[in-house]
Formats: sequence, C-alpha cells, structure tokens
Amino acid sequence: MIRIQAEPFDMGEELSSFGEGNHGIGGVCAFMGQVRDMAGDAAVSAMTLEHYPGMTEKALEKIEAEAYDRWPLEKTLIIHRYGRLEAGDPIVLVVAASAHRAAAFDACHFLIDWLKTQAPFWKQEETNDGPQWVEARASDDDAAARWSDGSKGS
Amino acid sequence: MKIFYFAYLREKAGVGEEEVSPPENVTDVRSLMEWVKGRGGGFAEAMADTSIVRVAVNQEYVQLDAPVKTGDEIAFFPPVTGG
Repeated sequence: MIRIQAEPFDMGEELSSFGEGNHGIGGVCAFMGQVRDMAGDAAVSAMTLEHYPGMTEKALEKIEAEAYDRWPLEKTLIIHRYGRLEAGDPIVLVVAASAHRAAAFDACHFLIDWLKTQAPFWKQEETNDGPQWVEARASDDDAAARWSDGSKGS
Repeated sequence: MKIFYFAYLREKAGVGEEEVSPPENVTDVRSLMEWVKGRGGGFAEAMADTSIVRVAVNQEYVQLDAPVKTGDEIAFFPPVTGG
C-alpha cells in the first residue's frame, strides 16, 4: 500500500495492526526516516519536501511491485510525507512482511534504497544561510545499484 | 503539450507548469530541451546543465531520445532527494 501525505504518521500505530488477519506473516521489517538537524556542517531547522503528484504514486507503485516480483512478500507499506517538516519529524516509513525474516529485511532495504533514487521528491532545507536544495548523493546511487538487474542484494 | 518544472529547475524557469506548442521539428526530449533553452531567460538557466536534468514523459522516466508529441505531459527536474 502507498500513502503520500502531508500529515504526520505514528510508526507504532502503523506497525501494531500491520499483521492483523494474516497469520502467514512470520516477520515484519520496518524502516523510518526522519528529519536530521544537521546537513554537513550547517544546522537545519526544517525542510520542505516537494513532489510530483501523480508520478510519485506511479513510481512508488512500481517500486512496490518490483519488490513483490523479487521476494515472497505478504504485505508492504510505504508512507512518504511532503510539505514543511521540522527536525525530528518523521518523513518516510517503509514496511515489508514475509513468512521469514530474510525476505522482510531485504525487501525493506530494497524499497528504501530504490525509493531514494526513483521517487520524485526533492528536499529543500532551511539553514542559517537560507534555503538550500539538497544535492543528490552518489552514495544513494551506489546503494540502489546493489539491487539492479533483479538482484536480491547478495 | 504541458511542461512541468520541479525544485530548483522550477525556481530558475520561473514557472511550475506551462502549456506550450513547440515547432514541428521538436520530436524528442533532446530537441524539446534545446527549444526550451532557446527561449532564453530563466528557461535557458534551467537547461544550462542538461546533465543534471531528469525527464519524465507522461509520468514515466525517459531518456533524451524518447519521442514527444502534442498532448504529452513532460516534466523536467533535478536528481531526486526523497526518503
């Protein structure tokens, strides 16, 4: 399931009901990303996330479908926020559930790595020097490349 | 066709979206980018370094040789930084 929203989410609430009604699930793996108060040496008080409505949903659905092709998953969830967020606020939640832990861990890792390089979101940080667009990082491309060509990350 | 600009490309172009009717020799993404750049001002600035411009046609990532036609939705944006 994909949710793109401005509103905050509660990770505990999302997880407590995640496996409800599906006893085929043996493991649930979750990753949450939140706003850091530092970018390099600059203090960050808040950030604004812009996205491309329409394409964002399509891109995330594609990423999710790709995960189901690669691993035997029972259920997945991707929540991504947009708009203005302050330091400490949750930005993104990725959850993957499977019968066994390996697929849940790997799919969760894959989902966040691919999302970071494929989903059309852009961060602009509020720093002491004024607003700064976040630069894409080569290390994110490297992390995503680990999963290229249908790889299961091994 | 409709063109969207996001993040700092939007700031440079000075518009987030626009309806355009490029000439007939604009048939693919590469020629569309050249045409946008040729309009000068903020558009030229937005397209100054095309190596950092990512492109979607009808909300799917494409390469520079992808065709474009009347009615398409094109988007230009910098490398994504979500998550």
